[in-house]
Amino acid sequence: MNSAVIEADSQHAAGQRLRESIFRGATLVAALLVLTLLGGVMLSLLKGSWPAFSHFKLQFLTREIWNPVTDQFGALAAVYGTVITSLIAMLIAIPVSFGIAIFLTELAPPWLKRPVGVAIELLAAVPSIIFGIWGLFVLAPLLQRHVQPWLIDLLGPLPLIGKLFQGPPFGIGVLTASVVLAIMVLPFISAVMRDVFETVPDVLKESGYGLGATTWEVIWKVVVPYTRTGIVGGIMLGLGRALGETMAVTFVIGNAHRISPSLLGPGTTISASIANEFTEAVGDLYTSSLIALGALLFLITFSVIAGARLLLLRLDRRALSSV
Amino acid sequence: MSLVSSKTVLGIAAAASLAAAAQAATEISGAGATFPYPVYAKWADAYKKETGVGLNYQSIGSGGGIKQIKAKTVTFGASDKPLEPAELKESGLVQFPMIIGGVVPVINVRGIQGGQITLDGAAIASIYLGEITKWNDPRIKKLNPTAALPATAIAPVYRSDGSGTNFLFTDYLSKSSAKFKESIGANASVQWPVGIGAKGNEGVANMTTQTDGAIGYVEYAYAKQNSMAYAKLINRGGKAVVPSAETFQAAAANADWTHAPGYYLILTDQPGAASWPITGASFILVYSNPPNAGETAQALKFFDWAYRNGGKMAAELDYVPLPDGLIKQIRATWKADIKGIPAMAAN
Repeated sequence: MNSAVIEADSQHAAGQRLRESIFRGATLVAALLVLTLLGGVMLSLLKGSWPAFSHFKLQFLTREIWNPVTDQFGALAAVYGTVITSLIAMLIAIPVSFGIAIFLTELAPPWLKRPVGVAIELLAAVPSIIFGIWGLFVLAPLLQRHVQPWLIDLLGPLPLIGKLFQGPPFGIGVLTASVVLAIMVLPFISAVMRDVFETVPDVLKESGYGLGATTWEVIWKVVVPYTRTGIVGGIMLGLGRALGETMAVTFVIGNAHRISPSLLGPGTTISASIANEFTEAVGDLYTSSLIALGALLFLITFSVIAGARLLLLRLDRRALSSV
Repeated sequence: MSLVSSKTVLGIAAAASLAAAAQAATEISGAGATFPYPVYAKWADAYKKETGVGLNYQSIGSGGGIKQIKAKTVTFGASDKPLEPAELKESGLVQFPMIIGGVVPVINVRGIQGGQITLDGAAIASIYLGEITKWNDPRIKKLNPTAALPATAIAPVYRSDGSGTNFLFTDYLSKSSAKFKESIGANASVQWPVGIGAKGNEGVANMTTQTDGAIGYVEYAYAKQNSMAYAKLINRGGKAVVPSAETFQAAAANADWTHAPGYYLILTDQPGAASWPITGASFILVYSNPPNAGETAQALKFFDWAYRNGGKMAAELDYVPLPDGLIKQIRATWKADIKGIPAMAAN
């Protein structure tokens, strides 16, 4: 009787082992699938962009020209537009998101926490085309009539930064695209920041307060250092979205393949150019140049992520050595 | 190719097509231009009710349509820009026009209503080259001696997405101005030296109505349905014309189709006192020796039906049907150039 129980047990165990190994295999396949997909994307980007890179060589990166009629292509304007709109968007979104997250976790009265939190999550669920249309029909006229003329009058005559705010107020342009992007990435950054701020153990904060620290000091000396990795992660998530955002930007950036010194002027981004032109691109070199733009975006996003990792590594090392 | 062999091929193909037609695929597949999509969809709806045969048309853009027909994934391709005869021959395709539309310059100048301003190709080209920058420029004044033109700066708005509208507009400007042709040229997307790019007809229309002093260009149907302020244009005959179904059809009727191999004819800047200068046809591409003759025959049957019954539906959507003489010529082309399809009833 005893032996029967043991046998049943060992059978049970064998079944469990089998199930476990199947599960392990399945997760391994899922993980490998990601690598395969990524490799496939890289390969096809390289293959598709090869004609453009081999034809224009380094000039593809250094020229502003984008002329489908004469088959002359350079990525500089699109790369510049991608980087500048994302940077300005982060400049606006990071402080605001930080404020939202701090308010929600440290300062807000409990009855306000939930509605604001839910509102931010809803903002993250709005499709980008809606932001594009809203930017074009609502935000652009508003900026054109009330904000841009003021910027031009106030900042336009200044030395150095004046150049950034000159020209006619079109309503759409690099600045408008950046503002729309900032609004789009804001919920992502603030949601991540809020979540990581909530992981700070109360005992740490209370010790700070117990030592007589102000709220300000607790936030800067306890909460932020404790959640550094998470904050950088949230920012990178937002930046990644800003770099690749297509539809909303296409609507409001003005789609001109040139680098205008003014932020009010039109520009273009990598993804906006691809969305605008790929369907009607005829000719191998044209198509290949658009794919090459995609490869560059891949490279930019990759370097951003790699840069963030390096930054975090260094921060961790410094934190360790200071301990 | 010898006569005998081509006749034999024709016979075999015809027999094959009959067999294929008997199986009756219930869907015609096509892909291409977005500009004619609304009218194709309307025709397809009516045709399905009448015959039970549906149309699966993906409006992915002319470039995409050309790529797909060359890859033989669809029965017909549709393009706003005709392929050149040499390219047609090389890829074994037959091309014919299906429907006509026009592009209209729209403006937003304070104090000027629709139709109160007249422009010509050279003036518009100069505006888009950045040479004319104010509405009271002497070159615009000369065309409008009586209009009260303000000193407002001109804000040129262009279509940022590659489109047949862009092609027609830049083709017209290239024909009107040697400098435009040389420095910009005609294409579905070009590098504009000045102005701001908006996405789609709706984007251009919105930018134009929002910006004081703007000029843009949209499809006729779009300008009409949104009652936008348009500019009259001076055509090749030297007359100022208003955009309308009549002036588009005049341009198509005055064009010399009989001497255009592969119907390679861009309808901009056509002769005739009533011709609207930025008119264009949208084209269909099928194989002259179709990989599946039955499917191609079915597609042609649909097009034949549309030529016969689709005029009124097209007009409701502000497109313009082809002139009768041209339709006759196209039926003759089908008969002569496409292998393995049953003859369409004449008339």
